[in-house]
Amino acid sequence: MSEARDTAMAALMARAAPGRAAVEDLVVVPVFAVAVALLLGALTMLATGVDLPTIGRSYVALAVGSVGSLNALSETLTAAVPLVLAGLGLALGFRAGLFNIGAEGQVLMGGMAAVALGIAWPGGPALMLVPGCLLAGALAGALYAGIAGWLRVATGAHEVISTIMLNLIAYRLVDYMLRQPFFQREGRADPISRSVPDAAELPRLLSGLDANLRVHAGIFVALGAVALAQWLLFRTRLGFEFRASGENPDAARYAGIRAGVVIVVAMALAGALAGLAGANQVTGVLGRASPGFSAGIGFDAIAVALLGRSHPWGVLVAALLFGALEAGGRQMQVDAGVSIDLIAIIQALIIVFIAAPLLVRALFPWGFSRGRTGGGA
Amino acid sequence: MSIAREPGLAPVAEAPLLPAQARGARVAGMALIGLAVLVALVFAPGLEGAATFRLSRPTDPWALPDLVVPALSFAWVAAGVLAFLGARQFLRGGGRWTGLSLGIGLALAVAAFLVWATAGKAFSLTGMLQATVVRAVPIALGGLAGVLSERVAVVNIAIEGMLLAGAFTGALIGSVLGGWSGLVAAVAVGGAFGFLLAALVVTYRMDQIIAGVVINLLVLGLTSYASSQVFQEYRHLNNAPVFRPIAIPLLSDLPVLGPVLFRQNLFVYGAAVMVAVSTWYLFHTRHGLRARAVGEHPRAADTLGIDVYRTRYVHVTMAGMVAGFGGAWFTLGSVGRFDEGMTGGRGYIGLAAMIFGRWHPVGALAAALVFGFADSLQQKLALLGTPIPSEFLAMAPYVATIIVVAGLVGRARPPAADGKPYVKE
Repeated sequence: MSEARDTAMAALMARAAPGRAAVEDLVVVPVFAVAVALLLGALTMLATGVDLPTIGRSYVALAVGSVGSLNALSETLTAAVPLVLAGLGLALGFRAGLFNIGAEGQVLMGGMAAVALGIAWPGGPALMLVPGCLLAGALAGALYAGIAGWLRVATGAHEVISTIMLNLIAYRLVDYMLRQPFFQREGRADPISRSVPDAAELPRLLSGLDANLRVHAGIFVALGAVALAQWLLFRTRLGFEFRASGENPDAARYAGIRAGVVIVVAMALAGALAGLAGANQVTGVLGRASPGFSAGIGFDAIAVALLGRSHPWGVLVAALLFGALEAGGRQMQVDAGVSIDLIAIIQALIIVFIAAPLLVRALFPWGFSRGRTGGGA
Repeated sequence: MSIAREPGLAPVAEAPLLPAQARGARVAGMALIGLAVLVALVFAPGLEGAATFRLSRPTDPWALPDLVVPALSFAWVAAGVLAFLGARQFLRGGGRWTGLSLGIGLALAVAAFLVWATAGKAFSLTGMLQATVVRAVPIALGGLAGVLSERVAVVNIAIEGMLLAGAFTGALIGSVLGGWSGLVAAVAVGGAFGFLLAALVVTYRMDQIIAGVVINLLVLGLTSYASSQVFQEYRHLNNAPVFRPIAIPLLSDLPVLGPVLFRQNLFVYGAAVMVAVSTWYLFHTRHGLRARAVGEHPRAADTLGIDVYRTRYVHVTMAGMVAGFGGAWFTLGSVGRFDEGMTGGRGYIGLAAMIFGRWHPVGALAAALVFGFADSLQQKLALLGTPIPSEFLAMAPYVATIIVVAGLVGRARPPAADGKPYVKE
């Protein structure tokens, strides 16, 4: 009997103090994750023969390069924008219980569509071209991701495998398209596209201050997407259906939620956001498409969505952190001569610790209330 | 069903098909007719001359004459047979023949394609088959790693990372201590990542797919970092010896088969042995049975006294070791040096081979050979100069995988508990 009473007590206690647990999951675990990842990053540098002063200098460069100057902030924001967009898409998928690994492919398809529209309509007015390119990117991404969603609904093909395959197909498709006369830059033999017309480029926000400041209007697109995702997830019926299907698909189906619709729409939305990220890259930063211009955004976005706990505001914060790591990493490479690939290690380690809260609790017994795993002990 | 068994009624020729089977047969029939149309309309027109396939080199002990195929006649015959197979599938819905007809049909279509590409030229068939076997090795080992871990219900997206880790370690340790040490180290590091995956998903109950993706990202980051930070400066650390082909006496003198199967390096033989051993282990030993029980119904296995956690740890670690061996192929088995991201998605194709092969080691090997064939075909086509862009051929395995996963060619069933964490009560 006492055992039953203990569990009941534990349940009551948990209900009485949800704040503590939520704070631990949302704040303590991510903070630990980032700290441990930075520490392990330092150990990795030590292991590859980087001496201690250089390690210190590289972390200083990381900080300076991410938030230390106006230029650094501009770079951080520029790197964060596509991560916000693609990360939001993945977060929507996670919420609906879908594991979309295909953001990378969707970014590529979206970017190609944006470039295609820009090339096809060189004389278009900026007022039409900028939103047109973004829309084309979103549409292409949505269609590409929609394939995986439709396959899941129609045939039960698991989206993890089909999106991985669609990624690999997208790489080859981009290589092929970039060699076609329509895309390929005149007089070039390597696969590289023509530039999008100036009118299609997202306007730079601070070029009046300094021509090198790259931060562009994509920020507003990203912020708008965050607000929209927040509204969609927590204020609409569709968002409720997403969350219900994600938390308990069986119960959701029993309650009459249209599982097929949820899957297709969630995938298409995720693809649209990832495609938007791709369009944003080619029209805001790169100005053209080249092989693999997605540069791993689709994979970093998985980390961003996880780190942000699949919550729109969380995704925003996580993307800013990853953008800062990216921008700071470049500075690190310049100042301390430490390869920017170190950032990839730190990012991966952050996800490990974020996605395995049990591991963080095991490594750091202090800082957490006891009893969440011990069942009322 | 019951009518068929009733005496006195007209006997039913074949067992009635399930609706899904009949649908599958119709889909297969349409696919075959589609292939026939493709061969007749795309390959046959304008075809002239003969395609010459070289089977032996003049220096071989028993040289075979070249295989000369009249291109146009071959295309028409292939189209005819494909149309016949397709019509038969479509009209009769021959249940158990579906797979076989599709297999024959696809092989014929590929042959017609090869003849079309080679018409008026000559081309070494043996060379391509040899390349097929070589290129299938990392895919087969990746697939085998997938089989080993998914049979104990741990989804292994991390194969790509394990291959990459094996390749990197093979190059680094191989350069310092020699090829064999490099190989052992690659296997050990692969096993370490397998153990890490097991620890994350079994002990810390991390989502299996996230854990796999993270391991891939981590390994990609670590190896890229090390190669840009260390290998660029100290080039002698990235210059490993390569295992040379070992000719098996007598067998290697056989025409065609000799060079394809018996004049290969350690990795080809190793992959064959591992596939055989793991088939025997999984399906003919007590431990294998227990492992499969853990993958199908961990609760029941636990009740019977099988340690579910330990079984998963052991098998996922073994899977990592197999993948580590496969990874060493990239460096110690082919070029001797490591390049960033050199596995190029082979781990994912291995995952696909596992699904194609229906979670069976031999099936995974067979699927890997198909992928290896597509891979080497793509390489050779550049030499033959066909109008089909190589990018599309490179895509073929991925498209095929999607088709298979979508269950359009017979549904494969994963182990029942695949992907689900187990919490001991």
